[in-house]
Amino acid sequence: MAQPAAAGTIRPDERFVRVGVVARLLTRPDIGALLGAVAVFFAFGYFARAVNWLGDPGIAAGWTDQAAQYGIIAVPVALLMIGGEFDLSAGVMIGSCGLLLGYLTTHAGLNVWPAILIVLAFGVAVGFVNGLTVVKTKLPSFIVTLATFFVLQGVNAAGTLKLTGTTAIDDIDGASGFSSARRFFASDLTQYDYKAKVIWWIGLTLVGAWLLAKTRFGNWIYSAGGDPVAARNVGVPVVRTKIALFVMTSATAALMGIIEALELRSMQAKEGIGLEFIFIICAVVGGCLLTGGYGSVIGTFFGAAMLGMVQLGIVDAQWDSNWTYTFQGAILFAAVMLNTLIRARAQKAR
Amino acid sequence: MTENAPASAPHLLEVDSISKYYGNVVALRDVSTHVNAGEVTCVLGDNGAGKSTLIKILSGVHEQDEGRLLVEGDEVRFASPRDARAHGIATVYQDLAMVPLMSIWRNFFLGAEPVRGVGPLRWFDSATAKRVVREQLRQMGIDIRDPDQPVGTLSGGERQSVAIARAVYFGARVLILDEPTSALGVKQAGVVLRYVVQARDRGVAVIFITHNPHHAYPVGDRFVILNRGQSLGSYAKPELDRQELIRLMAGGRELAELEHELEALTAAISP
Repeated sequence: MAQPAAAGTIRPDERFVRVGVVARLLTRPDIGALLGAVAVFFAFGYFARAVNWLGDPGIAAGWTDQAAQYGIIAVPVALLMIGGEFDLSAGVMIGSCGLLLGYLTTHAGLNVWPAILIVLAFGVAVGFVNGLTVVKTKLPSFIVTLATFFVLQGVNAAGTLKLTGTTAIDDIDGASGFSSARRFFASDLTQYDYKAKVIWWIGLTLVGAWLLAKTRFGNWIYSAGGDPVAARNVGVPVVRTKIALFVMTSATAALMGIIEALELRSMQAKEGIGLEFIFIICAVVGGCLLTGGYGSVIGTFFGAAMLGMVQLGIVDAQWDSNWTYTFQGAILFAAVMLNTLIRARAQKAR
Repeated sequence: MTENAPASAPHLLEVDSISKYYGNVVALRDVSTHVNAGEVTCVLGDNGAGKSTLIKILSGVHEQDEGRLLVEGDEVRFASPRDARAHGIATVYQDLAMVPLMSIWRNFFLGAEPVRGVGPLRWFDSATAKRVVREQLRQMGIDIRDPDQPVGTLSGGERQSVAIARAVYFGARVLILDEPTSALGVKQAGVVLRYVVQARDRGVAVIFITHNPHHAYPVGDRFVILNRGQSLGSYAKPELDRQELIRLMAGGRELAELEHELEALTAAISP
């Protein structure tokens, strides 16, 4: 008699614990992105089995390169979204900063290293202007940074044409300091051509995740997006927090411009345009709410990984690459639906 | 009115004949009262009685046009909420200044996060934060299941309680509670009233704004009744029984007149 009774009391206990863990995981913003990335990885493992998608390190080098191109800037874009703002100029800034580096090293004859410092300072300045304009005018950042986007797009195209007579700045590798800078920012790692970019991507993700979860600045980011009035009432410097986030986004875009210019040895005037939405998709897939106040840097990392895999997987599966856009749209839609569900869960009384 | 003669020690916070005008509208005229450490002063009144104007003056959002504010006997002027806070006066507003999507411990320390480490590598000491939140809430008699849960998942009464615990923890000597029970059910309101008493017993001076005499009477030591910007008096508890408080609140004579009018009306329409 005693034995079945004991089993009867233990069993429901275990069940409660199990439900608790699942419910807890479902309130985490990054779990959907992790599951999605794993699903996409194995889906292409099947559809692109002809190129040994699952087993060939060279294939992985390809999609991680692509994912890093999305993921590096997606880190500050995610933080900015959690802080309640958007930056649509983050894509075009890659081009602007790469072109600036090209101009400084080829036409102005600077060494690459001081040129890099100037480009980073330019990134900081653009971010500062974006941020200051948003907090001072109280206009939606969507509009303010859209304006920055178009202004820079024009400057990139017209400036490059006037300078070189073509649509690109070439021969960046002729500048002094190029090889040491390239080794630091854009070298190939291992025999399979993993890019240094991937290290930058992982590193920035860890820094961003640490900032968000473990510092007071992280607490301020959440509150600036979640309820800026309440945050200000308890003494959070909301304005400074938001400006800092815009600066981080533009400075990271500048870093990406530097990496690309050094990797490709030349810079196209159109570089980076269109990527601004990809960064936002990465962040949304990573669990960031469009309304701010909630999200995850780790989730954004998996979001970027997923989009990188889709980009190269579609080619490796020998499908028409135009389907990439359709996939990105479908992923975005699924992610938004999932986020809405997770947020409703997080806000419901337990 | 029935103010006692000045005691030997000055009051922690005293309001002396304060008036406030918005253009030609008299929002508050000649209101006086006080609160001491370990006491609850209730400010009662209907909508438009001037309760919010009084809080805004006490919390430094507005300045009075006439009259004096005294903290421990010294006259003070509050140019901003920060000034009021510097004097230990904390206000818990109805909207609570909490971010629903953030966890309890993140909200509790928002704007005053404890940090460890040095230089750019300082981090938010979340272990300490969680421990303090648990301790503080337990001292207030609040048992939270999990400090990690978002504030949005708490009930209205629990949210009020967390806000009160936060104000007390950060050194409030005077706690102003703006209608903390108005949006709550009977049971939840009871929970909040218990935390008001807890705060009082820890030596905090509480100013409790409400329009409900049934919530005010059990916890109050002193009652100020406002009506259309005027004070109907500041009474110590022994001077006032519950019935009298309710009568004053309802606007005494106005109610009698209304009753009379209704009787006349009923008489007129009945055959």
